[in-house]
This record gives sequence, structure tokens and C-alpha cells, in this order.
Amino acid sequence: MDVVELSRLQFGLTAMYHFLFVPLTLGLSVLLAIMESIFVTTGRTVWRDMTKFWGTLFGINFAMGVATGITMEFQFGTNWAYYSHYVGDVFGAPLAIEGLMAFFLEATFVGLFFFGWERLSRVQHLGVTCMVALGSNLSALWILIANGWMQNPVGSAFNVETMRMEVTDFAAVLFNPVAQAKFVHTVSAGYVTGAMFVLSVSALYLLAGRHRGLAIRSMTVAASFGLAAALSVVVLGDESGYTADQNQRMKIAAIEAEWNTEPAPAAFTVFGLPDQNGHETRYPVRIPWLLGLIVTRSVGDKVAGINDLVAQNRTRVESGIIAYKSMLALRADRTNTEARTIFAAHVSDLGYALLLKRHTPDIVAATPAQIDAAAWDTVPAVAPLFWSFRIMVGLGVFFIVLFAAMFALASARRLERHRWLLRVCVASLPLPWIAAELGWYVAEGGRQPWTIDGVLPTFLSVSDIPASDVEISLIGFVVFYSALLIVELFLMVRTIRRGPDAPAPATTQAAAALRAAE
Amino acid sequence: MFDYGTLRLLWWAVLGVLLIGFAVMDGFDLGTAILLPFVGRSDIERRVAINTIGPVWEGNQVWLILGAGAIFAAWPPLYAVAFSGFYLAMLLLLCALILRPVGFKFRSKLESRAWRTLWDAALFVGGLVPALVFGVAFGNVLQGVPFRFDDNLRLSYTGGLLDLFNPFALLCGLVSVAMITQHGANWLACKTEGAVRARARRAGVVAGVALLGLFLAGGVWAGLLDGYALGRFGGVDGPSNPLAKEVLRVPGGLLANYTVHPWMIAAPLLAVLGIVVALRLTRRAQRPVLAFLGSGLAIAGVITTAGFSLFPFLLPSSLDPAASLTVWDASSSHTTLRIMTAATALLLPVVLAYTAWVYRVLRGPVTEADIARDTRTVY
Repeated sequence: MDVVELSRLQFGLTAMYHFLFVPLTLGLSVLLAIMESIFVTTGRTVWRDMTKFWGTLFGINFAMGVATGITMEFQFGTNWAYYSHYVGDVFGAPLAIEGLMAFFLEATFVGLFFFGWERLSRVQHLGVTCMVALGSNLSALWILIANGWMQNPVGSAFNVETMRMEVTDFAAVLFNPVAQAKFVHTVSAGYVTGAMFVLSVSALYLLAGRHRGLAIRSMTVAASFGLAAALSVVVLGDESGYTADQNQRMKIAAIEAEWNTEPAPAAFTVFGLPDQNGHETRYPVRIPWLLGLIVTRSVGDKVAGINDLVAQNRTRVESGIIAYKSMLALRADRTNTEARTIFAAHVSDLGYALLLKRHTPDIVAATPAQIDAAAWDTVPAVAPLFWSFRIMVGLGVFFIVLFAAMFALASARRLERHRWLLRVCVASLPLPWIAAELGWYVAEGGRQPWTIDGVLPTFLSVSDIPASDVEISLIGFVVFYSALLIVELFLMVRTIRRGPDAPAPATTQAAAALRAAE
Repeated sequence: MFDYGTLRLLWWAVLGVLLIGFAVMDGFDLGTAILLPFVGRSDIERRVAINTIGPVWEGNQVWLILGAGAIFAAWPPLYAVAFSGFYLAMLLLLCALILRPVGFKFRSKLESRAWRTLWDAALFVGGLVPALVFGVAFGNVLQGVPFRFDDNLRLSYTGGLLDLFNPFALLCGLVSVAMITQHGANWLACKTEGAVRARARRAGVVAGVALLGLFLAGGVWAGLLDGYALGRFGGVDGPSNPLAKEVLRVPGGLLANYTVHPWMIAAPLLAVLGIVVALRLTRRAQRPVLAFLGSGLAIAGVITTAGFSLFPFLLPSSLDPAASLTVWDASSSHTTLRIMTAATALLLPVVLAYTAWVYRVLRGPVTEADIARDTRTVY
């Protein structure tokens, strides 16, 4: 494999690994705040014990999230140096603000969450827990503002003097509709993960007949919170699809394996076998109208098909060549006003010309066949997107059904009535993670061949480092991360096995006596 | 608001503040981890040492994350060159930094002796390696590293991992380790009692003496090294394109700034003052908080000394000096620097305020009785 593929593999693996821990942190932090709020308002200590117990599991997971998150931040520089130069002016700011506004908040207060029970009043400690939850959620906001800009690069322009993208309108970057939709979708997915985690572990306790009081209360909270979150994931996922159509039509077409633009409103393909080389989807099973309604929210608008989008992209590559040519002229002579005018007219297609670098060293002299190849490069791998998306949506619907069922049982105080349903809850534990990882695959795999949609191709974004260096780091990460994951799961399982243990009254008295003596 | 040149200067200073913030705040964590095998003979003594930083290391580590993020946002070419050029060293650093969070969290979860010994070793490595690698990195930046840009500002770097560990860089690495260890020792002297505190003080004296010697030796050696001088360039508010300037390599000129601007000598003097104050107080077992402030001051002085020696360079190129990154041609756009200035001015005081509150809540020493009382919650 070359350095591009190795770097992509490494980034993909470390990102997916990091995202094993992030959604649980997002979801559990909010659940902890809810449980502790109930403790503070009712004064019933079982809710404090619940907060402490789920907090222990939160802590093990949080440490892994922090540890693997550093890798993500460093990797932009280590493996994607040209990307860092090319878009750091825009992309770096939300990342830095994330550190200032979110990481400091969650990381500074998370220590007090564990160590502050005896040093803080009840309300103060609740405040600390809320700050941790707020920090986690704010960090999701800022990283998704950065990611949203990769999907939909608004508020920025290419500067020929510095050979990079620069901010022109920071408010547009912040209020990027894609970023907003992704934020709500992603944190809701995190809440579903947290809720499912609490639901499954509690179901395990109920099946084993242990810690009944804690399990039933936890399940009630998890079922209601999970139901709201699961509904929000699906509804706001639809918002994500709608905004994607406004600016990432190729992604939508690939997810739907829609090769040819259909008469409006387009049908939704439930099943089919996409054939990347044959440019068709075989054995399709279709629901009329549905796709057009979801994506365009109208019966009259068309959803563009892959073939038509490739034809459009072909003209963008041609326009990009003009931009590239005038950029070279401008670089030779900064005062060339004619070149400047032409450049300004075509600069928005410059990225499409860069796609040619894969096919020819001399962009300006590209042949029609090379231009054609570059235009077809804009189609991501269709079949994996098609299937990932369908499994993700299927799981999303399943979460709604499961949480709704458990919510109904919790309201009727009959959570323990159907043991098979408790087993379903236990078995469903890994599903939110699968859905979340597939969701990221759809979002980022669907963005290919770009790192910044329409601006910078992935293969140009990499660092100029030897492939052997990336092989070393990739192997290092796989070995190191696998070992840590085994330890993490072992500690999680062990903590769950031991279960919550309220301190015996004698110890508490002894501790109080000791404090009084000091 | 500020013009472009002023903002660039401001962000050069902010970069320094963030690096010092990281070295001072996360530094005592790293130093405590380095000292773990020396100050803690028994399991409970080690737990005391670990729990002095248990509640705060997470927040402290954000200084590093913010530092990297701020370089990305304010100095994108520096971020690109330093992180990809030092690829394998960065990997080493990452592995060490990943060991720390899990080490803290996982170590005391099992009663097994082998398990805890393993994580003690991991924490020691997690403290020592970052301290060493950061120092080595600074040592290389001071000498210039081999990189160049093509016309599209695509970067190529020709050095390897072993080139980084050259004699001067290793000396800088040792300065960094000694500095972090002294600071960690002073932290432990503030936050522990009895035997652990006594051993921490002894270690602090050793580290302080070593630091003083190494820092002065480094200064003498640096005086012999080549420096770089900025020739014709696009002006302090020119576009951030590192290819539009001339740079001269000056034999023996690394410390030239101190002759041109004698006031800059304040930085190395500050470093020496900090080291000596901390050393004297630690040796006499007096005023541990003041000693801790002294070693913090020493860190600020050492980092500022390096920054002043380089100015206006951020990262000189030994391969193609004209491609060197300077304060005037390696920053973000004027707009981005404005945004970052506003965000920092707004948020950093809030961060400092709640961080101070957290330290206030956690004030007082950690004792063996604390660990014994609450053996499940503490690390």
C-alpha cells in the first residue's frame, strides 16, 4: 500500500477506535447529571449510589476517550501535513476553541466528579457533574463544526498569495447547516449509546436477580432518555439527509445507489446490488416516491443520479484547469490582472483540477480521457455506502421500538415481567456502537475522494513521509490499542460483575470520626 | 482592532504562554510520574504520590491539547512541518501520553502486585518520554531542521528519527527532564507528608543542581552554534508565504539576539533565579509553595530563553534557510488571528478562574489515611 492508503487506513482505524468511547461519554455524562439531579432534589441516597456506580464505568471509558483523542488531534499534522497547511486557517480555529471551551471544562471538572464527593456540597457536586456533561457536549459541537466544514466548506476562499484556504466569514463556518445537523444527530446517537449501555447492564442485573432497586431505577431513566434520543437521532438524521442534498449530492446518490436521475419524486431503493463498474444497481426493490420526499421535501424536485453528477463534475474539472492555468500565470506575474480576473471566475473549481494530479503530473495538458477519469474519481465506493446506510437506519428504527417497549413497561412498573425482553436488551448492547461506526463510515466514506469536499483531494492531503514510517505507526497503533481495549473491557466487565456497593455504615462512621478528629 | 504584524507578535507570545502553561501545569504531573519509583517504596506511598495529581492531571493535559490546537489554528505551517517532520518522535510521544490516562485509571483497580508494578512502570515511561522528547524537539528547532517547500508549498522533510537525537538536542532533552523533575518534586513536597515528602525534597535538590549545570552548559554550547538571520522579507504584515524572503546562516550566531537586544538576557536570568530559589528552599525544607513557584518560574525562563534565541524564527530550515518559518510569514490569516484572539481573551480567563477554584477545593496534602479511607474511589 502507498502512503495515502496507509494514512487513510490509520486515520480511519484510530478515529473509529476513538469513537468507541466518545458516544458513551456523551450519553453517560448526561445520564449521570440526570441521576444526580434526582438525588439532589429527592435526597434519596440510592440515586447517589447509582451516580457513583455508573460514574465508575464512565471514568474507565472517559480515560480511554481522552487517551485516544490526543492521537486524533496530532494526526492532522503528522499524517496530513498538506491538509494542515491548506486548510489550517479555517479548520484549526474550531479545534483550538474546542480545547479552550470544552476540553478544559470537562477535564478540569471530571477529577472533582470522582474526588469531590466529600469536599463539595450536594448542589456543588451536581454543578460539577453538569459541567462535565456540558463540556463533553460542547466538544462534540466544535469538532462537528470542523467536520461539517470538511463536508460543506462555507465561509472561506482560496488565497493565491499563500496557496491555501482562508476564512472569509467565520459566522458562516459556525452556523454551517451541515455542522448543526451533524451535531444534533451525533450527540443524540451518543445519548442512545449511553441509554443502551445503562439499559443492558441493568437488564443483566434483573436477569441475575441482583441490585434490583438500582437496576429498575436505572432502566426507567435509560428507557425514557433513550426513547427521546432515538427519536431525535432518526428525525434529525433525516435533517442530515436533507442538508446533504443541498451540498453533497454525490454522497446522497451513492448512498441510494441511484445511477440515473429519475423522474420526480424518486423511488427509495430498499434492496439492491450496486455494481460500481457497470454503473447500475441490480435486483432493486423500490418504494415509489419515498426518496424524493425525504431528500427534496417536495414531489416536484429531482434527486440527481450519479451519471448526471459525473457529467457535471467533468465540466468542473475543465473549469478547474482554467483556474489552475491562471494561477500559474499569476504566480509568475502578480500584476497580471487578466489572469486574476479569470482565476477569480474559476477558482471555485480549482479543487476539481487537483483531482487530475493522480492521472497526470501536468494538469494544464490533461487529455480528455484523463479529465474523464478525474470526473469518475468523484464517485465514492457505492456498495459499502448503500449497505452501511441501510443497516444504520434499520438499527435506528429498532432502537425506537426497543426503548418504546421498555418505556411502556417502566411506566406500568412491569420491567421484570418479560424475561425474553430483558435478554433482548442485553443482546442489543453492541448495536449503538455498530450504528455509530457505520454512520461515520457513511459520512466520511461518502465524502471521498475529498478531504474537503470539492476543494482538496484526499490523495494530495497526506504528509511527505516514507510509507514505512506509517507502516510502523499503523502496526504500533493496532497492537497498542488492542492491548488497551482488552484491559478496558476486562475492567468494565469486572466493575459490572462486582456491581454497586454502598459503603457499610460502620466504615462511613469511621470515616466521619476520622474527619472530625482532624 | 490590532494590525496584522501586532497580532502575529501577540500570537508568538501566546504560543509561548501556552507552552509555558503546558510545561508548568502538566509538568508537575510528568515530574511526579518520573519520581514515582523514587519517592514511593511501598504501594501505599506510590498511591499517595499518584493521588496528589489524580484529580487534576486531566485538566493539566488539556494545556498540551490546546497548545497543539493553537499551533494548528495560528501557525498552520509550523504545525504541518513540526508534526510530520518529527513523525516517529511524535508517535513515541503519543504512546507515552496514551499510557498516562489509562495508567492513572487502571493501576489501582486490581489488588495484584504484578499489575500495579506494570502500571507504575507505564506511568514512569509516560512521564519521562514526553519530558525528554519535548526537550529534544526544542534542541532540534534551535539548530534548524531539514525541510523545504515546493511552489505549491508542499513540504518535504529529509531528516530521520535518529538525526533528532544529536548531542545538543539530547542535552536539551536532559535540561527538560531535570526541569520537569524538579518541578514535580516541589509539587510532591507541597502535597505530601512524611517519608514521601522527604524523598521528594532530596530528589528536588538533585534535579535542581543537575538543571542548573545542564542549563548553563547548554548556554555555553548554544553560543557556538550557527544561527539564522532574516534578510529581505515581505514585511511584518506580508502574506503568510515562507518562500518570499532571504535568510542568512550565521556561524556561531544562535545567541546573536542577546547582543542586539541585551534586555533579552532577563529570560535566562529568570531561569537561573527560579532554579536557585527553588533549590535553596527545598534544601532547607522551607516554604514548599514558594519553591514550587520557583521551579515554575525556572520553566518559564528556560522556554522564554529558547524563544528569544530564535526570534523572529519559529522553525529554521537547515536544508533551505529561505524556507524557514518566521513570525512574519507562517501565521494564519489576519481574520483567523483576530477570531482566535477574541476567543482566547474571552475564554482563557474563565478557564483560569474555574481551574483555580478546583485547586482550592482540593487544597491540602494527600495522606496515607486518605487512601486507606476511600480505597475504591481514589487511584
